[in-house]
Amino acid sequence: MEPTVTTQLAGDILQTKYALDTFYFLVMGAFVMWMAAGFSMLEAGLVRSKNTAEILTKNIVLYSIACVMYMLIGYNIMYGDSISSMIPGFSFGLGGDNEAAAVLAGGEDAPYYSNLSDFFFQVVFVATAMSIVSGAVAERMKLWAFFAFAIVFTGIIYPTQGMWKWGGGFLDEAGFLDFAGSGVVHMAGAAAALSGVLLLGARKGKYGKDGSVNAIPGANLPMATLGTFILWMGWFGFNGGSELKVSDIAEANATAMVFVNTNMAAAGGCIAALLLARLWFGKADLTMALNGALAGLVSITAEPLTPSPELATLIGAIGGALVVVSIITLDTKFKIDDPVGAISVHGVVGIWGLLAVCLSNPDATLAAQLMGIGVIFAWVFGTSLIVWLIVKAVMGIRVSEEEEYEGLDVGECGLEAYPEFNQTRT
Amino acid sequence: MKMIRAIIKPFRLDDVKEKLLEAGVTGLTVTEVRGHGRQKGHTELYRGAEYSVDFVPKTELSVVVMSEMVDTVVDAIVESARSGKVGDGKIFVSDVEKVIRIRTGETDVEALS
Repeated sequence: MEPTVTTQLAGDILQTKYALDTFYFLVMGAFVMWMAAGFSMLEAGLVRSKNTAEILTKNIVLYSIACVMYMLIGYNIMYGDSISSMIPGFSFGLGGDNEAAAVLAGGEDAPYYSNLSDFFFQVVFVATAMSIVSGAVAERMKLWAFFAFAIVFTGIIYPTQGMWKWGGGFLDEAGFLDFAGSGVVHMAGAAAALSGVLLLGARKGKYGKDGSVNAIPGANLPMATLGTFILWMGWFGFNGGSELKVSDIAEANATAMVFVNTNMAAAGGCIAALLLARLWFGKADLTMALNGALAGLVSITAEPLTPSPELATLIGAIGGALVVVSIITLDTKFKIDDPVGAISVHGVVGIWGLLAVCLSNPDATLAAQLMGIGVIFAWVFGTSLIVWLIVKAVMGIRVSEEEEYEGLDVGECGLEAYPEFNQTRT
Repeated sequence: MKMIRAIIKPFRLDDVKEKLLEAGVTGLTVTEVRGHGRQKGHTELYRGAEYSVDFVPKTELSVVVMSEMVDTVVDAIVESARSGKVGDGKIFVSDVEKVIRIRTGETDVEALS
């Protein structure tokens, strides 16, 4: 074969691989974007019907705020040139995309997917973290206080700790492992949620003066179940896309492994949660099974590649059992009112997922995992608490008691999700 | 003329309606209602916590018939609405002073047939 023909062929193969990996990245990003729909449906299903329109408004607007803030400053904080391994750099907007020559140069350092596809994939993760907060503070937080917090969280708080791990910062250097974000995304979202819930307090009527715990059943369980399935599907993008590449045999196999393990962990989590709920409460508790599936997914997110499918199922199952215990403990012992179980699903189980990395990845150390957990939690919880306090001082974070009883749909949005059924319930 | 009002379990409605038609009832009115009797509702379970449903969904049907039909109608309802478990409901019978058919202005017996 003529040398020029060989060069031409090699270039074509590089171009094809670049196109394939970029395409894969974009489609996986779109899968993760769809998780915003999953969170919306899950949360809309688990709140009362009088708060439906408000929580839907919150979900689609928080997604949009996350996109804008991450484009403006967040992405550069997380992946731009940093000042040190702890202090991120600061610049505005998105840079250009790769030059064809750089791609065609080949070799280890050559870019193998579009820069903008990377931004697109990362931006939907920020929105996921912010969605976690939305469910935990549901049914009593002021809509605009939530948006104010979302601006700071998606623009600064999330990207800073993201830089510490995925931007090559000090957590990454310390050997902290978090494949797709059990810590960086899920525990971070839960830490922000916890600080908000502690300041906000429980929904009216949730806890009696005598210490009794009252159930406040969700309005629409088909919707909550649909939301869980959408999240489950979106998670293939969340974990599968985080492999970042599919265009050779090893990477294609690895991606398949990540898909299989992600699926198995969710199944394990769902079954374990349902069995535990049946043994504990005597009934097959649907919403616990839903939370169990999500807990399985969070469990495997820190390391979906190295476990066998059997181990992945077990890791998910432990997460599923853990989430039931955590939800009941937070509710009855600590009186932390979390209508959708977000703090348990993403926070407590996120910690389990980070520790479970040690079960299958020989590069993981317990010390580094604990350090990552401590640092991310302390940073997100601490900074979030400060921001919530500022928002509370400036505009207040909780709606009036009257608005809470009437429903946030009318109070915040001026409409009802189901106007044909306008009977008010407490 | 008597009005017979029956509070029944919603899922018995189809059976009750058929029995009433067989018994010669020509028209009836059905309302979705909620209430409780001696059991004071029941409890349900949500995320491990029990909560009480004080007012259970029920169906109320009302039918106005000539006085001589009352026993037949009451028997038909009892027979078709009974499941033997708590919550089967109650039947109330009361006098009706006057019945008017709006379309024609017919009254009492004519209005009922």
